[in-house]
This record gives sequence, structure tokens and C-alpha cells, in this order.
Amino acid sequence: MNPPTFTATPLVRRKLRQERLARAVLAGMVLAMVLPLAAIIAYLVVQGAPLISWSFLTQNPSNGMRAGGIWSALVGTIYLVVIALLVSAPVGVLCAVYLNEYARENWFTRLIHLAVVNLAGVPSIVHALFGLGAFVLFAGIGRSILAAALTLAIMTLPVVIASTKEALAAVPMSFREACWNVGASRWQTIWKVVLPNSISGILTGVILQVSRTAGETAPIMFTGAVFLKKIHDDTLFPYALTDQCMALSMHLYTVTTQVTNAPEALPYAIAVVLLGAVLLVNAAAILLRGLLRSRKKW
Amino acid sequence: MSVPPASPARQTRSALALWGERAVELLIRLSGVSAVLFVFGIFLFVFIEGAPLITDLDWSKAIFSPDWYPTSRENVRYGVGAMIIGTLSVTGLAMVIAVPFGLGAAFFVSEFCSGTLRETLKVVIELLAAIPSIVWGFIGLSVVNHLIQRFLPAPVGLNLLNAALLLALMSVPIIVSIGEDALKAVPDSYREAALALGATRWQIAWRVLLPAARNGLLAAVLLGVGRAIGETMAVLMATGHAVNIPTSLFDPIRTLTATIAAELGETAVGSPHYRMLFLIGLMLFTITFAVNLLADLAVRGVRRQ
Repeated sequence: MNPPTFTATPLVRRKLRQERLARAVLAGMVLAMVLPLAAIIAYLVVQGAPLISWSFLTQNPSNGMRAGGIWSALVGTIYLVVIALLVSAPVGVLCAVYLNEYARENWFTRLIHLAVVNLAGVPSIVHALFGLGAFVLFAGIGRSILAAALTLAIMTLPVVIASTKEALAAVPMSFREACWNVGASRWQTIWKVVLPNSISGILTGVILQVSRTAGETAPIMFTGAVFLKKIHDDTLFPYALTDQCMALSMHLYTVTTQVTNAPEALPYAIAVVLLGAVLLVNAAAILLRGLLRSRKKW
Repeated sequence: MSVPPASPARQTRSALALWGERAVELLIRLSGVSAVLFVFGIFLFVFIEGAPLITDLDWSKAIFSPDWYPTSRENVRYGVGAMIIGTLSVTGLAMVIAVPFGLGAAFFVSEFCSGTLRETLKVVIELLAAIPSIVWGFIGLSVVNHLIQRFLPAPVGLNLLNAALLLALMSVPIIVSIGEDALKAVPDSYREAALALGATRWQIAWRVLLPAARNGLLAAVLLGVGRAIGETMAVLMATGHAVNIPTSLFDPIRTLTATIAAELGETAVGSPHYRMLFLIGLMLFTITFAVNLLADLAVRGVRRQ
């Protein structure tokens, strides 16, 4: 005698048909976003590639930004990123330490959380207005690298706070309790146990912040970035803190919208360099995080 | 009976270390408060620069009139009506595209795939979020512009549709990542119970997860809206930047953010035009603050569950 076989009823068949359809539609949606974008980025690279060379990276722009390279913009971006990082990384990490290790569950902590969320949500152009009002005019710094970097620092603060908090929260409570039980104070516990166990996560956040800072345009437009400024190669630090500087993102904007008769490949090349730098830094952060997850002992 | 004398507290650390610790803890507390100070400071400084104009302005005209002639010789008019409509229309259209795609992608990543595919997609979406807005603007200007001109019956490629497409692609990563978190927060027991009743994944997603993760998904959409409203460089380059109330998808528009970015450089510090731009900034701050507050309340609703 044959064992009873399962025959699908019409209802089950319909259900499974729906399931296949839904899966196909959702997968199609993902592809419809990712594929055109991949095509566009490939197009940018193809258009910009002929111009990108070592001398393109290491020459000042010349002939009204129609020839030469992007050296001073590249250096300017590095300046902005490093100075913004020096300010916001310590503040951001300490803020996250406060939120995760010190703060109690009360209205004040909620207020801080809300402020961090809002800091991330305020439009970049409003950050620019703030930078202009607070640093350039009120503090009297003037349009300079310092003012632009401070604006960027405040704008990207939430990136560090969020990822540091996540890294700190991943350290098991038992680690802290063990440390407290041998008589260590709160800060000693944080310094000797919590921070060493979360340092890679914090580093990931800082790297993500680098990529975010490097790509921003609006906050630096009115606080310290200029269309054109050449720098000399004979000094180690070509920009002073009170100088205005060029930046890659701003340079892309300038060349696309303000410069007439620029060679057609030039904006593509700048876009590719900017995009490449940002994505490489980001990929490094993602790799580091993956490495950290696979190495985790607890 | 004699009580043994209590041993004096042992001094184990130097006074310097103790004071150092106190200083560090003070620093930590200050940094904790700093986020609140910064948000307050942003409001304050934007407000201060714009404030002198508040009383001089005919507000009903300023908000509803589409006449923006800030540099006119004889009749200066600051009407941001057209820009408000521009911002709303481009954000609305972007969300019409981004919400289904973003939530669809969130469901796909969270419920329909696993292992390497899921990890790869998550990385791709994270990289998508990292593309700077100026590069999006350049893509709008150099690629989408030509595509629209070639394949659609539009006289110019820099218009509402172009900017909305860019904004949609820019806000999708946020919607996906927050939406995925919301789906992850739904307890597995819900899925198992539905599975035991013979539900397919799609039925689980549609009938169980969507209602259960409603608030979190709403927060995801709201954060996407916030991103779209506040976006500056991409819309500056892709909208055509014409003060205009759009009547079709192919009309050029102008947004609140782009106006500030384009005109602030040309105004004299302290002039009425300059102050008006700060007041527009204040509007943007208020709008995004409200949107973020709503999103936060929605997320909190999820946590309470």
C-alpha cells in the first residue's frame, strides 16, 4: 500500500504562489536600487579615469581651475578632517561614556538622547548657519580652517556617539562587576576594563566619522572653504589654522557649477577621487568591525 | 566588653590620582551635557542672527507669497511660499518612491534572505548611505539630467523628478537600516507562532510583522523624511533652482535649503536679506526638530512593547 501523499489544495498553491511573487518583487526592488547605482558609479569612473594620475593628485589647480590637479583641495580636506576629528572624537567618546556608564534612566538622560538624535537630524545648511553665526562672527575666528573644522566637528558628533555607545554596551556587565568587586572605582573600571574591551568598536565609529566629514560641503561653504587657493610644496604645513582652504567636496561643486569651459573629464575625476576616498575609508571601518566580531571572545 | 578600634581608612591612592579621577569624571559629565548645549546653541545662534527681522516681517505674506525678490531695487519681497511648496513636493515625491522601496528592502534583508547575501546587502546599503551629497548632486547634474532629457518628454533635465529620484536614493539607506532594526525588535515567538499555523514568510511579513513593527517602521520613514527635507547640495544642483510652483513632474523648483546655500555667500552680514536666510534656517530647524521628535516618540513606543 502506498503511503498517503501530500497533495496541495488550491489554497496552499495560492499561498505559495503569493510567497514566490512577494519574494521576487522584493528582490526586484533591491536590485532596482542597487543596479542603476552601480552602473552610474561605473560610468563616473569610466569618464573620470583618463584624468586621474599621480600628478593630478599632487598638482595645484591652474588656469582658473581648468587644468592642473587637485593637490590643494586634497590637503585642505585632510586638514579639515584631522582638526574636526581632534575636537569631536574625544568629546563624542566621553559623551558616550557618560550615557552608557554614568547616566541613570531619567528625564535628563532622555533629553541628551533626544539632543543627539536631533544633532544628527539638523540639516547640514543649518549647521552652516550656526558655524557662521557662532564661530566666524560671534567668536571672531573669521572664515578659516578652524571655524569650518569646528562646524564639521559638531555636525559629525552623533556618528561617534552612536557607535561608541554601541561598543560600550557590548562589553558584558559581569566584566564591570568583577572589577568593582576588587575595589576599583568607576573611572578605573572604565579605563582598565571597559575602554580596552571596546576600543575597536570606538575606532570603527571614528573611521566612519572621517568618511562623513570628508564628504560634507554645505557646512564649510560659508565658514572657511574657498574656490581657489594654491599652496606651496616647500613647507610641511601649507595651511595655517586661520587660513581659508580648498576642499575636495567644495572643489567638485565649484568646477561643476562655476567654472566654464572646464575639460569634461575634470569634474568626473574629482567626483571619483572624493567618492573613492569616502568609500575606501568606509569599507575599512566595515572590515574592522567584521574582524572584531569574529575575534570576540565572549 | 571592649570594641576593637576601627582601623583607619587605608590610603591606597595618591591625592593626585584621586583629583585626576574627579577631573576626568567632570569632563565626562560636561561632554554628556555638550550635545544638549550644541543643539541649544544651534537654535540660539541662528535665532540671534535672524531675530531683528522677525518684527519687521509681514509673516502671512512671507510664508504664503511666492514672490521672492530679495535684491529688487524698489520693491523687496521675501515670500518663501514657492520654496515651501518646492521642499514639500520634492520630499513628498521622494517618499512616494523611497518608502515602498525602503521598507521592501528592509523586509527582504530582514526576512527573506540570510547568511552571506544578507551581510552583503547590508554592506552595500551602508556604502550607499556614505555617498556624499555633493556626489549625488553631481550625478543628478551629469547623469540623471541627460537620462531625463533623452527618455522623457521634458524640456530640461534639472527638475522636480530629478531631485526626487536623488533624494529617494539618499533616504532609502536610512529607511532600510532603521526599518530592519524595527523588524529585528519583533520577538521571534511571533514568527514561530505564525509559522506553526502554516503561514508563509510573506504572510508573516504582511500580517504579523507589519502591524507588530508599525511604530519602528514609522520612525524609519520619518527619519527618511527628515533627511530629505534637510538635504542641501544635491537639491541645489538637481532641481533647476527656479522659484516656481510646480505643476508637473518636469518643472524646475527651488527648496528652502538650496536658497540658503545659493544666496548666503552674496549677502552682506546684517542686511535684511541675510537675516531672512537665517529665518529660513530657523524654519528648517523647527521642521526637522519636530520630525525627529515624532520619530523618537515612535521608537519609544516600540521599546515600551
